Amino acid sequence: MNVFYGDVQVIWDISFEVAQGEIVALIGANGAGKSTTLKTISGILKSRKGEITFNGAPIHAMEPYRLIERGIAHVPEARRLFVEMTVEENLDMGSLKGAAKAEREKTKQQVFEMFPRLRERRRQFAGTLSGGEQQMLAIGRGLMSKPLLQMYDEPSLGLSPILVKDVFNVIKRIKEEGTTVLIVEQNVKQTLAIADRAYVLENGRIILQGTGESLLNNEHVKTAYLGV
Amino acid sequence: MAQLELFLQTLISGFLLGGLYALIALGMALIMGVMRIINLAHGDIMMMAMYIAFWLFTLFGIDPYVSVFIAAPALFLFGMGVQKYLLTPVMKVESILPHNQVILTVGLAMVLSNLATVLFTGNYRSTPVNYASNAWYLTDIWKGSPIELSLSMPWTLSFVIAIVITIALWLFLSKTDIGKSIRATSQDPDAALILGVNVNRMRMLTFGIGCALVACAGCLFIPIYYLYPSLGKQFTNVGFVITVIGGMGSTNGAVIGGLILGIFESMTATYIGMGWAPVGRFAIFVAALVFLPGGVASIIRRRKLGK
Repeated sequence: MNVFYGDVQVIWDISFEVAQGEIVALIGANGAGKSTTLKTISGILKSRKGEITFNGAPIHAMEPYRLIERGIAHVPEARRLFVEMTVEENLDMGSLKGAAKAEREKTKQQVFEMFPRLRERRRQFAGTLSGGEQQMLAIGRGLMSKPLLQMYDEPSLGLSPILVKDVFNVIKRIKEEGTTVLIVEQNVKQTLAIADRAYVLENGRIILQGTGESLLNNEHVKTAYLGV
Repeated sequence: MAQLELFLQTLISGFLLGGLYALIALGMALIMGVMRIINLAHGDIMMMAMYIAFWLFTLFGIDPYVSVFIAAPALFLFGMGVQKYLLTPVMKVESILPHNQVILTVGLAMVLSNLATVLFTGNYRSTPVNYASNAWYLTDIWKGSPIELSLSMPWTLSFVIAIVITIALWLFLSKTDIGKSIRATSQDPDAALILGVNVNRMRMLTFGIGCALVACAGCLFIPIYYLYPSLGKQFTNVGFVITVIGGMGSTNGAVIGGLILGIFESMTATYIGMGWAPVGRFAIFVAALVFLPGGVASIIRRRKLGK
């Protein structure tokens, strides 16, 4: 894909794939183009050239609001909850379409089992939750659509180290339950530890790729991102 | 005793007026919340509804309260059309003026009021319903009452219908998926989009609902008011002042703001003079901007979000 903001190109000919059942990570510094890549997959931004396919079908020309029906859930950067709606209403918003809507109550119970705090606070406004709880709600809202692929944009942003660990454990668990995961992170060490494969983005280009483990031992990654 | 009687009577009429005002402002607040624009054609859309009610009454003898069921759907469709064919295309244009859409609604208001003048002349019109001067009196119910209060039948009927519509809107917004999607769109359109909300359709729907609400207000106003082509501006004003008192885009705030303005205007009219009611309206408008810039909604929000 090639993505522009106005006349400025920010993504240069990048190409990658995510296989079913994998956790794939896109890592890189601020401004490398990670979030832009996710937004392009979601259809919020458009790629000028190239194509994006999901389960064999092209999705790059689709209206963004249709992607969730195909099974792609995007947990956006900075959570983007509806702060003046209750926790439960936020979850309802995750299951507006088709089968997800029919199974709304069942899925909601599963989400509540995964995050008991959300059950306690289900009638509270999302804006009253703590940062960690808000991230759990954002992940839960993504799960409500029963996605095949869940995309996370900086899920550890602004959380304390203990909560970051919790979030990564949750993502691992979601993968084990059969959902494919594409994750964008600056928290390189923990991301590579759970990722099956990863791509390193710099200035809008993919400069490295490999399994999570091999990248953890890569010299460039070590000096540039891990500071060792 | 006479003083108390006057005060209570003023309070009652202010409350009844406020309920109707709230209905006008609700549509405006809903549109402002979702579209982030002030619909300055709001009062003129109300004027359209009043002409529909007027002609239905004059030509076919249909009661204005019944014409709610005709005017509201008609203006719902009109509103959807305005959003789809006028506002959405303008939204896509990049220009130095950030609020092209607001200017478009001003233009729409001019077209509507001038069209009404051309088609229906500038004459004042009204629907002389036969129950126009019916009222209930306190002494009818309580013979020994020391004070006398009256409750005008058409005013009360309009008020009650306005309340029913307001409750129906509240249920729609809080209980249905479409209602939740509309609220979600107003809070964060991009987040709503990736969750599968067709944001453009929600905008159309919201503009349609906003117009339908003010159409209801028009039908409820005509039995107790009169009608002329340029009456829209006055009610656009009312709606705008209430939205500021209530807090931009807040529907709860609009209801409370409507009641506040209704009572305040009534008090001004009684104690200072009829002609001063619009002055009172602007006094409270400025006061709200100075002392409570976030409106009533900011108080509600502070309580619920603990901020």
